[in-house]
Amino acid sequence: MRVARVAYAGAVHAGVPHSLAGGRTGVRLTDGRVLPEEEVVWLPPLEAGTVIALGLNYAERARELAFDKPQEPLVFLKGPGTLIGHRGATRRPADVKFMHYECELAVVIGRTARGVRRAEALGYVAGYTIANDYAVRDYLENWYRPNLRVKNRDGATALGPWLVDAAEVGDPGNLALRTRVNGKLTQQGNTRNMITDVPGLIEYLSGFMTLSAGDLILTGTPEGVSNVEVGDEVVCEIDGLGSLCNTIVADGVFGR
Amino acid sequence: MTVISPVAVPMDVPPYRLSGSVYGALLNHRSALDALGTRVDDAPYRGAPRAPVLYIKPRNTLAVSGAPVRVPPDAPELEVGACLGLVLGRAAARLAEEEALEYVAGYLLVNDVSVPQASWYRPATSAQARDGFCPLGPRVVPRAALADPAALTLKVFVDGALRQSARCADLVRPAARLLAEVSEFMTLAAGDVLALGAAFPAPRVRAGQVVRIEADGIGCLENPFVAEAA
Repeated sequence: MRVARVAYAGAVHAGVPHSLAGGRTGVRLTDGRVLPEEEVVWLPPLEAGTVIALGLNYAERARELAFDKPQEPLVFLKGPGTLIGHRGATRRPADVKFMHYECELAVVIGRTARGVRRAEALGYVAGYTIANDYAVRDYLENWYRPNLRVKNRDGATALGPWLVDAAEVGDPGNLALRTRVNGKLTQQGNTRNMITDVPGLIEYLSGFMTLSAGDLILTGTPEGVSNVEVGDEVVCEIDGLGSLCNTIVADGVFGR
Repeated sequence: MTVISPVAVPMDVPPYRLSGSVYGALLNHRSALDALGTRVDDAPYRGAPRAPVLYIKPRNTLAVSGAPVRVPPDAPELEVGACLGLVLGRAAARLAEEEALEYVAGYLLVNDVSVPQASWYRPATSAQARDGFCPLGPRVVPRAALADPAALTLKVFVDGALRQSARCADLVRPAARLLAEVSEFMTLAAGDVLALGAAFPAPRVRAGQVVRIEADGIGCLENPFVAEAA
C-alpha cells in the first residue's frame, strides 16, 4: 500500500498510484477521480511530527568529507516549514556557490517508541518515503554544525511522493538509492552501507527521547552530492519507494 | 503545516496558542559568548559564529510549569537554560528589524534544560531533546502588556536560593534582530516559540531540587527535578 497526500480542486485528498494510458503515472483520489501526476499539487505524504535527520551516516560519505566514524550518530532536527512535496520547487540563493541535494531514506514512525531494542525496532515503523534534504554549504559554520541556516531552509526538504507501508518494503537495509540531475546519474548508494542502520537509529534515538507516530527519521545520504543550479531538475529514487522530483528555482520567484 | 498542541499553556487561544515548534538561539547572551573568550578562534570552531546558532526543542521535550523534569541516570546534573521566549502571532518571513516585534503575540519563559555539553561543535540532540526537557510558560503574556522586554531580568532560583540573574538587555542579538535574521531563511508560523538565549554559567541542578524561573510581569515557571527510574 502506498498513499500520497495531494491538493486538487480546492481540497486535500489521499491518493494512490494509478497507471494511465501510455505508461504515464497517475493518481487516484479517494473519491474516485483519476488524474495525471502533473495535475495535482503533491504535499508531503504525511503531516510530520518531529523531523530528525542524520549526518555522516554512510561510510563512504564520511570519507568524502574526511571525517572519522562519528562517536555517536550525528543527529539534528528540522522544523515543519522546511518540508515540501513531490514536484515542488526549492530556492537557490543567488549568492551561494555550493548547494547540493541529499537523497535519503525517510523512516516514518508508526507508534510510540521509547527504549526500543534493535531486534524489535522495525515493528515501530509505519512506512518509508524518500527525502531530498538540500544543504547550502556556503552557510556551514562550526557551531552546531550543520546549523539551521544550512539544513532548515524554507522548502528545502522535499518528501514523497508516497508513504509506502513498511510491510511492502520489508528490509530497509538493502535498498538502492540514486539521484539524477537533468537525467544524468550523479549519486548512487545502498542503504546497506549506513553506519547506523534503521533498527540501530530507532534504538539509539528512542534511548533518550520518545518517538511518536508521525515522527520522521531522515537517515543520511551516500557519497556523490554535487552542486545544483537554477533550472535543474533533481530526481531522487529509492528502490521500491518511487521517484521524488524537485526543481531548483531562483530568488526572483520569491520576489527577492 | 503541522499543528500540535502538546503544551496546555494557559491562554491557549489564538494568537497565543502554541504550534508546538520551539526554536532557540544558542550563545545569544553576551555572558555565554564572553565565557568562550578567545576559544572561539580555536579548533574546531575557527571563528566566532556569524549567523544565529539555532536549535530545536522537539515535541517530546515540551512541558508545563509544575511538570517534573526527569534527571537521567547517565547525567547526575542538568543545566538550566533560562530564556525569554517570543510567541509568534502570525507567519513571519523576511522581517525587517524595525517591524519584527509587530509579529510577536506575546512572551513566556522557557527552561531549555540540557545535559551539560562539552562542545558546541555538533548539535547536541541527545543532550537537549530528552523527554520533558523544555518546560515553558506559565502563560503567554500579550506583547502589549510588557512595555520593554529588554528591561526584564530573568531570575533562577534553585530550592529558593537565587542562582542566576540574567538581563535581557545583554543579548548579542536582541529580539527584533534575531527575528529578522532567522526569518531571512525560515518562515516562523503563528504559535512558534523562539527562545532568545540563556546566560552563562547555567545553574546546575540534581534530582530532588526545584527550579523556579521568574521575571517581573511574566510570572514563575517552576519545575521539580526528579530521578528517572532506571
